[in-house]
Amino acid sequence: MINISEVIETNKMIEKENLDVRTITLGISLLDCIDSDLESLNKKIYNKITSAAKDLVAVGNEIEKEFGIPIVNKRISVTPIAIIGGAACKTPDDFTAIAKTLDRAGRDVGVNFLGGYSALVSKGMTKADELLMRSIPNALAATQLVCSSVNLGSTKTGINMDAVRIMGDIIKATAELTKENDSIGCSKLVVFCNAPDDNPFMAGAFHGVTEADMIINVGVSGPGVVKTALESVRGENFEVLCETIKKTAFKVTRVGQLVAQEASKRLGIPFGIVDLSLAPTPAIGDSVADILCEIGLEHAGAPGTTAALALLNDQVKKGGVMASSYVGGLSGAFIPVSEDQGMIDAVNAGALTLEKLEAMTCVCSVGLDMIAIPGDTKATTISGIIADELAIGMVNQKTTAVRVIPVIGKTVGENAEFGGLLGHAPIMPVNGFSCDAFVNRGGRIPAPIHSFKN
Amino acid sequence: MKKTIITVVGKDTVGIIARVCTYLAENKINILDISQTIVDDYFNMMMIADMSKSLKPISEVTDDLDRLGEEIGVIIKCQREEIFNSMHRL
Repeated sequence: MINISEVIETNKMIEKENLDVRTITLGISLLDCIDSDLESLNKKIYNKITSAAKDLVAVGNEIEKEFGIPIVNKRISVTPIAIIGGAACKTPDDFTAIAKTLDRAGRDVGVNFLGGYSALVSKGMTKADELLMRSIPNALAATQLVCSSVNLGSTKTGINMDAVRIMGDIIKATAELTKENDSIGCSKLVVFCNAPDDNPFMAGAFHGVTEADMIINVGVSGPGVVKTALESVRGENFEVLCETIKKTAFKVTRVGQLVAQEASKRLGIPFGIVDLSLAPTPAIGDSVADILCEIGLEHAGAPGTTAALALLNDQVKKGGVMASSYVGGLSGAFIPVSEDQGMIDAVNAGALTLEKLEAMTCVCSVGLDMIAIPGDTKATTISGIIADELAIGMVNQKTTAVRVIPVIGKTVGENAEFGGLLGHAPIMPVNGFSCDAFVNRGGRIPAPIHSFKN
Repeated sequence: MKKTIITVVGKDTVGIIARVCTYLAENKINILDISQTIVDDYFNMMMIADMSKSLKPISEVTDDLDRLGEEIGVIIKCQREEIFNSMHRL
């Protein structure tokens, strides 16, 4: 039987160390909504989402209450809209109309975000893919809940540099259209290499075409819990350190597994995966950077950071894998700058640079995330940053992503304010040397060789 | 059996257990086990209760106990046992 110290430990994690389930994400296939008539397509999409997700928020709240564990977000992911809208959309504005439908459906069922305004163009673009990409700035400015992602490369196909070049322009245009709010539109737009089909986290969640009609995916969190556990093993060797992280990750993930199974049972929708990511929030004590400091660094970004992050990420997976029957999604430590107070402090202290963040993404998901850069950064420079990050994912057979925010009208030394879970970010300097000729070459970077690994 | 864990945390005063037990008895919730300890000068009590004959659903009991806690000046939580089992048992 459960004893009092175990109960106290669990409740301390929830109340004092910010243990929560970050998201229950309901994946919905919209493939059966495809129609060549835009109006009827919009109608089918709205009806499918609002009927599939009608109980999602209520069930989430019910589980939250019965188990006493906060479930921070309830979200929806849908089939990439470039596929769904291909037959009906003839212009970018037609796609924007779908974005508005998604937003309306999301608001009517009460979810926090809806992802899947996406295109998968790792090798080439269809006409519809390109129209969707061109519609992103307007779509994100005209909606609140809709999140957009574009998969630009993969280990199997290489990197679509034509699409990378376009996305540099699209990110700038998205920033421009939301410049009154520190270019917040870009916080809802992410580009990927090796995007997973079952990611429950935003902005990159979409419901892949290999998935079932509907599925429940859950993302857990708990950097504060890991940090507190590590406080008790200060000065101990790496074996003790790693064991402590593993045990803590196991406990955190088991809560995610329980919530996922309950939600699946109550909604009558199959359970997909638990995503084992350590996801920070701007709340004090809910920081991945603080864990790195607890491991022994003065600030995130100091020499040793990449190694510390590599071991942290690996131990979280080792502990988490045994705690859940199905693991998927991104499953890695997130290192967003604006959403992690420890990261913000590290940037302000001069310890953490864009280049070091890039190195860190070689050993953990999920990439350059929520990084504010000067508003006058050239589109080709953004494309260059994207190409670098995607190359890391392509060669290392892992997911990498870029979510940068060129904050229009602001520059290094100033701060961007996004509010809520998105936090705030000091604007980071970007290497100003040109990569125009590289980005403008056109075509694709071929897939890397899969042998001769050295 | 529908086991739930009821925890009471706060400053120790006369009659805390009595008030909680009275509420549980009135709602046909059977107490299986009680234990208590002091952590950081705070009174911590844990009850394992069986709610299978409860007159009210767990969400309502949670709200009632929340209010009762406010009256007495302690924090009372009522959670299904599975969250603790999943975290602490293989």
